[in-house]
Amino acid sequence: MSSQGAHKGFVGQSVPRREDLRLLRGQGQYIADFTLPGMLHVAFVRSPVAHARIKSVDLSRAAAAPGVHFVMSGLELAKEIPPVQDQQLPLPRKWRTTVPHKIFDPRQPLLAWDKVRHVGEAVAVIVAENRYLAEDAVDLVSVDYEFLDPVVDAEAALGAGAAVLHEQNGTNLLAEFSVNKGDVAGAFAAARQTLKRRFYHHRYAGIPMECRGAAALHDARTDAVTIWSSTQVVHWVRREVALTLGLSEARVRCVALDVGGGFGTKGHVYPEDLLLPYLARRIGRPVKWIEDRREHLQSACHSRDQIHDAEIAFDASGKILAFRDSMIMDCGAWNPVGIGIPYNTASHLIGPYKMENFSVRARVVATNKVPNAPYRGAGRPEAVQVVERLMDLIARELGVEPAAVRRRNLVTAADMPYAAGIPYRDGQPIVYDSGDYPLALEKVLAEIGGLDAFRARQRAARAEGRHLGLGLGMYTEGTGVGPFEGATVRVDPSGKIYVSAGSCPQGQGMETIFSQITADLWKVNPEDVILSLADTAGIPMGFGTIASRSTVNLSGAIHVASERLRGKTFNIAANMLECAAADLELRGGRVGVVGVPEISVSLADVARASRPGWDHQRPEGVDAGLEETYYWEPSTVTWAYAAHAVIVDVDIRTGHVKLEKYVIAHDCGVVVNPMLAEGQIIGGAVQGIGGALFEGFNYDSEGQLLTGSFMDYLLPTASDVPNITVLHHESPSPLNPLGVKGLGEGGAIAPPVAIANAVCDALSAYRAEFNVTPITPADIVLAVRSAA
Amino acid sequence: MDDLVDINLTVNGKARHGRCEPRKLLVDFIREDLGLTGTHAGCEHGICGACTILFDGEAARSCTTLAVQADGAQIMTVEGLAGGDSLHPLQQAFHEHHALQCGFCTPGMLMTAVDLLNTVPNPTEAQIRDGMSAVICRCTGYQGIVNAVAAVAAAKNV
Amino acid sequence: MKPPKFTYHAPEQLDEAVQLLERYAGNARVLSGGQSLIPMLNFRLFSPEALIDLRRVPGLAEIRIEEDTLHIGAMTRQRAAENSDLVARKLPLMTEALGWVGHLPTRSRGTIGGSIAHADPSAELPMTLLALDGAVVVRGVSGERTIAADDLFSSFFTTTLAPAEILCGVRIPAMNAHCGFAVEEYARRKGDFAIVGMAAVLEGKDGKCTRARLVSAGIGGRPVRLRAAEDLLLKNGLGAQSIIAASRAVMEIVEPTSDPNASADYRRHLAGVLAERALLRAANMLKESAHG
Repeated sequence: MSSQGAHKGFVGQSVPRREDLRLLRGQGQYIADFTLPGMLHVAFVRSPVAHARIKSVDLSRAAAAPGVHFVMSGLELAKEIPPVQDQQLPLPRKWRTTVPHKIFDPRQPLLAWDKVRHVGEAVAVIVAENRYLAEDAVDLVSVDYEFLDPVVDAEAALGAGAAVLHEQNGTNLLAEFSVNKGDVAGAFAAARQTLKRRFYHHRYAGIPMECRGAAALHDARTDAVTIWSSTQVVHWVRREVALTLGLSEARVRCVALDVGGGFGTKGHVYPEDLLLPYLARRIGRPVKWIEDRREHLQSACHSRDQIHDAEIAFDASGKILAFRDSMIMDCGAWNPVGIGIPYNTASHLIGPYKMENFSVRARVVATNKVPNAPYRGAGRPEAVQVVERLMDLIARELGVEPAAVRRRNLVTAADMPYAAGIPYRDGQPIVYDSGDYPLALEKVLAEIGGLDAFRARQRAARAEGRHLGLGLGMYTEGTGVGPFEGATVRVDPSGKIYVSAGSCPQGQGMETIFSQITADLWKVNPEDVILSLADTAGIPMGFGTIASRSTVNLSGAIHVASERLRGKTFNIAANMLECAAADLELRGGRVGVVGVPEISVSLADVARASRPGWDHQRPEGVDAGLEETYYWEPSTVTWAYAAHAVIVDVDIRTGHVKLEKYVIAHDCGVVVNPMLAEGQIIGGAVQGIGGALFEGFNYDSEGQLLTGSFMDYLLPTASDVPNITVLHHESPSPLNPLGVKGLGEGGAIAPPVAIANAVCDALSAYRAEFNVTPITPADIVLAVRSAA
Repeated sequence: MDDLVDINLTVNGKARHGRCEPRKLLVDFIREDLGLTGTHAGCEHGICGACTILFDGEAARSCTTLAVQADGAQIMTVEGLAGGDSLHPLQQAFHEHHALQCGFCTPGMLMTAVDLLNTVPNPTEAQIRDGMSAVICRCTGYQGIVNAVAAVAAAKNV
Repeated sequence: MKPPKFTYHAPEQLDEAVQLLERYAGNARVLSGGQSLIPMLNFRLFSPEALIDLRRVPGLAEIRIEEDTLHIGAMTRQRAAENSDLVARKLPLMTEALGWVGHLPTRSRGTIGGSIAHADPSAELPMTLLALDGAVVVRGVSGERTIAADDLFSSFFTTTLAPAEILCGVRIPAMNAHCGFAVEEYARRKGDFAIVGMAAVLEGKDGKCTRARLVSAGIGGRPVRLRAAEDLLLKNGLGAQSIIAASRAVMEIVEPTSDPNASADYRRHLAGVLAERALLRAANMLKESAHG
């Protein structure tokens, strides 16, 4: 495509965000800010017990309470409305026919009616004049529970005596699969050195600052519903609402307004998304539900929570000969998303390394806890914890630097494209398409001042009784996964470029980056691009924003749609200017003849000329309108990667871990907006630090959620984290026109293991191993004491 | 039990009046009765700081304050920061230093930063981090926020 | 998470507040800063019939000195106490402790009296009151009485105030101009409640100790004066070995409990570490104040 004209490229520039002005002024519109005349407010009765049969629900006192308009229990609702769709993250046939698996997906009713299966599960709904009155009414509901034995340990859940959550399944095993490459048994048999360890990555979650929320309106005139939801997947919600209510998709619209963070937690359809439009239609008034923080902690999906029994075989040079892993994911009470997360884990266990013999067996287990759904990283932090800890353990065994073991095994730039030998979640064989993994490692080591210098400083510190440690964490990440994303590109009568898509921003700055991309394609300024995102009315089909996929897939869709539309634009302009289309170029909002500055028409002129009816100026054979829709279907994922290095200073008396320095060498291909990219990486890394040291959900033996507030669930604050240095490298992706890769999740993948490795390094004199997250101060004190 | 209370206060320099239940939280009063939705409720137990406003010139959490406790007080919310069309220096700095992503904590961050710079006009980075630790952000990792506050402090101290 | 309904009173006189409290016979709560009470109401942990707001009672927010005793009104905002020159000069331990209390925005609203009456065993102000041999003044239907800090805190979130008594002020003798003091705390994050906290005040000269106060927070249901450790310092002085021995004694005498935030074992360990750090810092300060 011609890049003539005095167009300053916007891709690659740190263009300030167009979203900022309204948000800085307090004029954003989050779902809690959204009101409609006559709106009523929803509150849920949620189970205080982990596992019980529901004998009866008495709503009579609640129904009579002041300001209450409507009450309903699960039993009544179940007669009318089907449960939530399962396996929301689809697995293509190619995967299903390649990877041996078994999946049972119980479907969650919108309100529990036969049993409750986790503390926090909704049992009844109250609709009242305001939230205060609704909560008053919630307190008046009596539920008669017949307690059942709780299941709070995933391994015990598989045991003979365990109560079964989903009795029709007969077992708490919800899914299993295995992935194999090479001859693992043979390689282990022949190996002289092996290491076996259990790893545990604990339960924590996205915890966006804005809780969930939704509002719904029924239009009786057309029997249509609109649902506004703080969601990452408007088209999924629209599809499921239509199915649930028995309406055509054309009669259902889903919109996400400003969303205050998602991180995957808002990345699938929840029962509340379906219940709200049902209520609006049933009651005949608009309804709104704003989740509060207590509810959020006990009903918005948790994540991670995996046990790995992993074994690695290696030779005297540190080369990996074979790897095998048996993993269990604690899925909680339901499995809305399917096996996307554990399969991500399995497929990312190879990481940036060459592994000839590889086998993973995974089991997904139901327990009486909040359901498990993707959170930034979506299974990859768990994988990286296993592999990167093992690399350090191999190093310790051999008495060499952890970096040396990594170098011994890394896939190199010369190996690209590198076939890893197992399929990705999309069913396609994993091929690392581009990148320089060893360079990322060298970059972080150089940035911390070099290994030798650090070791000298570490020795000196130890002589003074201080414990410094260096930890590494490397990962590869499949990004931009399909199945698709679509864009409609239109030349507006004003001459501006209008782009509509199903991507759903939650703070990433999509309005900014896609206006940059579109501006470059059309040789206009970003301010001349109008974006409509997160609205099913804007485009018939969309997938949404999860899995670090929107930059890749939406840029591809915008690119192809723009290419086609530009062709049509030139055809019409050529007709207007009586020249050949091939002689035309875009310049600053106009279409003109190359080399002849005076001859041009504006894009607005062309838009007018493209209209149907009298006095149009389209040539013969060119249909009316100046709009193209294209659905980009990526061939497969494109591989981003990074190396993290962290230096810690451990106070062995209190167990406090101070992060002295944190460096990331990151490659997400072509960077659209460096400032925003850095914001994503650093934001993700701080979440990863939270998972490493602070955050976590704890359940007691009765299945009571002990982590009930922000006093218990500790989020990292500004004084808990250091400045993070991000070094970029750009290996353009060969798989899409812009050469971009996804970067939304990456930052959160490596910190837990990098910090674990650093703490182990700091405490090497005590031969401490930290194979379990989080690492708490008490754990460190205990490790030091045990060694004595 | 249904007695309402009258609340007369100054908000962003204007006299405002409301009438509500005594149990109504100040954050809800600001958002609903006063129609100022820039102040956000992130936790309703005084920890996340998204609801932070200035109460008689000092940063305070509006989710752990009853509306009636603000009777007679001078409140400033994020909507009161900008002067007409021009942004407050902190808002401008947040924009330049990419100190916000989803924007949900941003009003709380801004009001906390105003108080911080009033209290410690020339803060070190550690003091900025300590002061801003009063508000939780899930998106930015704090670096842009710290840089923005430092930039405003530096500009004021030139 | 909205509070349940309650009847609201904002009396303009302390006696009226007391009478209201008496009338509600234990079913009303006093509202001072609200930083502890309102979150509990938002969680609907309990549902009082009434709230008695002290904000319109005059004279409860004074800070003054009377014959070497500091009088701090119960409604004094923590932030005002933190900024008070008088407190900084006469009760510098409190100034240091206040820096650990929550965050600046919570100190804008939280009060001295409220925090002490709330009696969270992990809180800094109850620990400080005990370390400074302070007392509280309470007003009841039969008038005013004083309760020494030693007699004030009985158990988790429980004081010896009668149901119809209101804490209206604290009285704390001014600290000796020549003393060493320190507050050491370990919390997971800045502003969090202490897992364990220690307050130390030392007086003496040339390595000898003439007075010692060592008080813990976060160990058991209330702040605890660690008398056995104090006695060791009085006996053996303020050298490093004596301080280490006193810290080991702390580990033996404390009776911590386990909860989801920390195990008893870890609290016991921290008690020893923080006692040592607090005493060393206080002893150093004392040594320097002798030369200053």
